[in-house]
Amino acid sequence: MNQWEVVIGIETHAQLATVSKIFSGASTAFGAAPNTQACAVDLALPGVLPVLNRQAVECAIRFGLAIGAHVAPKSVFARKNYFYPDLPKGYQISQFELPVVQGGAITVQVGSGDKAYEKTVNLTRAHLEEDAGKSLHEDFHGKSGIDLNRAGTPLLEIVTEPDMRSSDEAVAYARALHALVRWIGICDGNMQEGSFRCDANVSVRRPGAPFGTRREIKNLNSFRFLKEAIDYEVQWQINEIEEGRAIQQATVLFDPDSGETRTMRTKEDAHDYRYFPDPDLLPLAITDDWIARVKGELPELPVQKRQRFMDQFGLSAYDATTLTASQEIADFYEATVGVAGQGAAKPCANWVMVDLAARLNKDGLEIAQSPVSPQQLGGLVARIADNTISNNIAKKVFEALWNGEGASADEVIDKQGLKQITDSGAIEALVDEVLAANAANVAEYRAGKEKAFNALVGQVMKAAKGKANPQQVNELLKKKLEA
Amino acid sequence: MIDKTLKQLSQALAAKEVSSVELSTLFLDRIERLNPDINAFVTVDREKTLAMAAAADARIAAGTAGPLTGIPIAQKDIFCAEGWRTTCGSKMLADFVAPYDATVIEKMHRDAGLVSLGKTNMDEFAMGSSNETSFFGPVKNPWDRTRVPGGSSGGSAAAIAARLAPAATGTDTGGSIRQPAALCNLTGLKPTYGVVSRYGMIAYASSLDQGGPMGATAEDCALLLNTMAGFDARDSTSLERPAEDYTRSLEQPLAGLRIGLPKEFFAAGCDAGVMAAVQEAINEYRRLGATIVDVSLPNSHLSVPAYYVIAPAEASSNLSRFDGVRYGYRAPDYGNLDDMYMKTRAQGFGEEVKRRILIGTYVLSHGYYDAYYLQAQRIRRLIANDFVDAFKSCDVILGPTSPTTAFKLGEKSADPVQMYLSDIYTIAVNLAGLPGMALPCGFAGGLPVGLQLIGNYFDEARLLNVAHRYQQATDWHQRRPQGIE
Repeated sequence: MNQWEVVIGIETHAQLATVSKIFSGASTAFGAAPNTQACAVDLALPGVLPVLNRQAVECAIRFGLAIGAHVAPKSVFARKNYFYPDLPKGYQISQFELPVVQGGAITVQVGSGDKAYEKTVNLTRAHLEEDAGKSLHEDFHGKSGIDLNRAGTPLLEIVTEPDMRSSDEAVAYARALHALVRWIGICDGNMQEGSFRCDANVSVRRPGAPFGTRREIKNLNSFRFLKEAIDYEVQWQINEIEEGRAIQQATVLFDPDSGETRTMRTKEDAHDYRYFPDPDLLPLAITDDWIARVKGELPELPVQKRQRFMDQFGLSAYDATTLTASQEIADFYEATVGVAGQGAAKPCANWVMVDLAARLNKDGLEIAQSPVSPQQLGGLVARIADNTISNNIAKKVFEALWNGEGASADEVIDKQGLKQITDSGAIEALVDEVLAANAANVAEYRAGKEKAFNALVGQVMKAAKGKANPQQVNELLKKKLEA
Repeated sequence: MIDKTLKQLSQALAAKEVSSVELSTLFLDRIERLNPDINAFVTVDREKTLAMAAAADARIAAGTAGPLTGIPIAQKDIFCAEGWRTTCGSKMLADFVAPYDATVIEKMHRDAGLVSLGKTNMDEFAMGSSNETSFFGPVKNPWDRTRVPGGSSGGSAAAIAARLAPAATGTDTGGSIRQPAALCNLTGLKPTYGVVSRYGMIAYASSLDQGGPMGATAEDCALLLNTMAGFDARDSTSLERPAEDYTRSLEQPLAGLRIGLPKEFFAAGCDAGVMAAVQEAINEYRRLGATIVDVSLPNSHLSVPAYYVIAPAEASSNLSRFDGVRYGYRAPDYGNLDDMYMKTRAQGFGEEVKRRILIGTYVLSHGYYDAYYLQAQRIRRLIANDFVDAFKSCDVILGPTSPTTAFKLGEKSADPVQMYLSDIYTIAVNLAGLPGMALPCGFAGGLPVGLQLIGNYFDEARLLNVAHRYQQATDWHQRRPQGIE
């Protein structure tokens, strides 16, 4: 694979969290009985006209501001013409030549730990459009049913440049975008309900060569499918080329069951959509005042928060990026620091990023579902910081909190008697006891075997049931052995 | 009673000389007797009409009536009216009963209390200049029943000319109010684009379509426009302006008025009889105190070609919703989905509609869009600029409405281009979005000739004034066709 470079661009359809549809007053709520949320406009009755929902426009402005894009003062709605039973007007109202959001970029972190790196994905555009209805092919005895509840639901189609070079980068981008649209409150991000779906444009080339021919994988509604589909598609394209066959531009579907992509249509049978400006809608004018007002209502954005975490808490770029991967993580972290104290900001970061993340991962939970609250975790970190417990004991306390064995770290420490022994007399007694009982280790240490020292420390901690202050144990042992 | 103007009917109703039910019955009876031959109405529903009339009488009795409450009018069958079959002259919608009211319907009937006598025949989806493309058959011109009434609002024109209705609505995309008004000796007004809401008016070419009044006089048109016009939040192209009274300046003298004559409208191509009547009207305006100035609309010869790119382009998309899936006609026998689409649309649309859908699809296609659609949009701007320049030296523009008087049924239906040229003087007005009027100005060979007046944006009241003063000085508009009793 080394001699092939993968090129990926992503188009995402984010369903905007508006109360009503983009061009009608019907509700956008999910799950209603078929065709109960479709009004005359959604049904495309003769004579009806679209009226733009300003709330949808505000969502687009928010997004444009969040990614540092140009919010166009004038953009144009166009008709994309094609026939399909779930497209009532026979055209979709979209934006073509002049989209509302132009340019912008999202910087994402790919990989984790030492292998992590930052990647900036440039956006081409984001435009407003309406969703189609749904065709139902079951239960109609050889006929198809149409549900137009979804018809007219506002979408923001977000298009990247072909900037990604691996499925990992693609997934990192998709995750970051998913977090961002939820962060700024324009999309609920519910992928099962189709609120956030990705199309991946994939091609391969020799490094330095011009772009290869791309194939577009449609409608990927999970990050796992996105990765699997790209990986399969890349390998398929490489095999084709290596076996001497040229790639044909095509639209393909990913089958999660077989893990394969298959061709839906090729360029030859691609539609001519006959785009033209919709004469029923005036060009969308967005004034500077409107943009300024929306800007004033925006929450602190991930990039801003990331910088603040670095400045205020002294976090590394990696930590700050990880902790601003979503609003929920960032909120959790800040609440934890709020309890533990700003001096414990770094250990709080480690606890959230490492221990808590691992535990959540093990149980398959999201951070919002964490059984340990930021207040509990902050209380725990505070007790490490003030030497009440050691890091090792803290892991025990954390597990106890996770299992609901106490309302706070203090309660667990108290109930289970986990308070660290810091009384030097008590530690000295334990050290003496261990030295007396382990003459062999003492001899080895004195003969120059450093490892024997660790064994002795271990014995002291064991005797203290792990509660002795490790630093004091170290110091005392060393003093006694070298006396 | 049948020859009264809206103002006279309004007075008669207010004075209780006649009730709305009596008046409506009078016209319904005439429709029943005369419509089988003239074919001006597609749908009549005596019960609904009389219920509306009874409600209007109640309003009059309760003292809550407006100036036009209780007056019966006819509605072009392009406006959706709840519970009424709304066909747009097409087999595609031959059985379509609208489940909602167009804004115009709501304003005229619910708000103003006008009574609907029924829905009038029209060219299919408003595509035509003779009313011969209607699925419901051609309409006969009451002035000569071997001739067309013009189109696409031919049913409305014939209904008024035969006094089957005192007034009616029309819509005008390239001349569809003005040309039939001219051919049937009526007064009709196409307002500035955006003055009358298009909500519920079945779209032909969205950027050109505009509803407006048709009647016997300019004053009737002003009264009707008062009930039709106004901002509508449901139409994004509706203009947000304060309401006006279009009758306010009817009586204003014309001294000092500057009338522009575009030299392009007085060149070859117009019938001599039509031109003679128009020249006589110019003389009348001179006598009324107007000054005549020469103006030029240098790009007006491009208006027909530009129109026949833009209008079909929009139509090809607007008519995509008629696909047999949700409502309207569906072919009885079909194989798969594509077959259903093809058969439904092949059988449901008439020839002219299919011709325009094909033209529109072609000019929007990849590789042709720039050469046709964009080029036509550029021409459209040039044409609009011509008018801006012309209005620097005049207040209204005057010329013929149509190059000919009413032509014979079938005379032009085999030659689309000849038919299209029937709108040569009217189309530029739609492309520019300006208000335009047609009004009777004489006869040629026994057939009515229509004068056209074009105003600057939002100058409807001035146009109506200029037409009204002329009608006070002339009696062409009072002439009635022979042989209709």
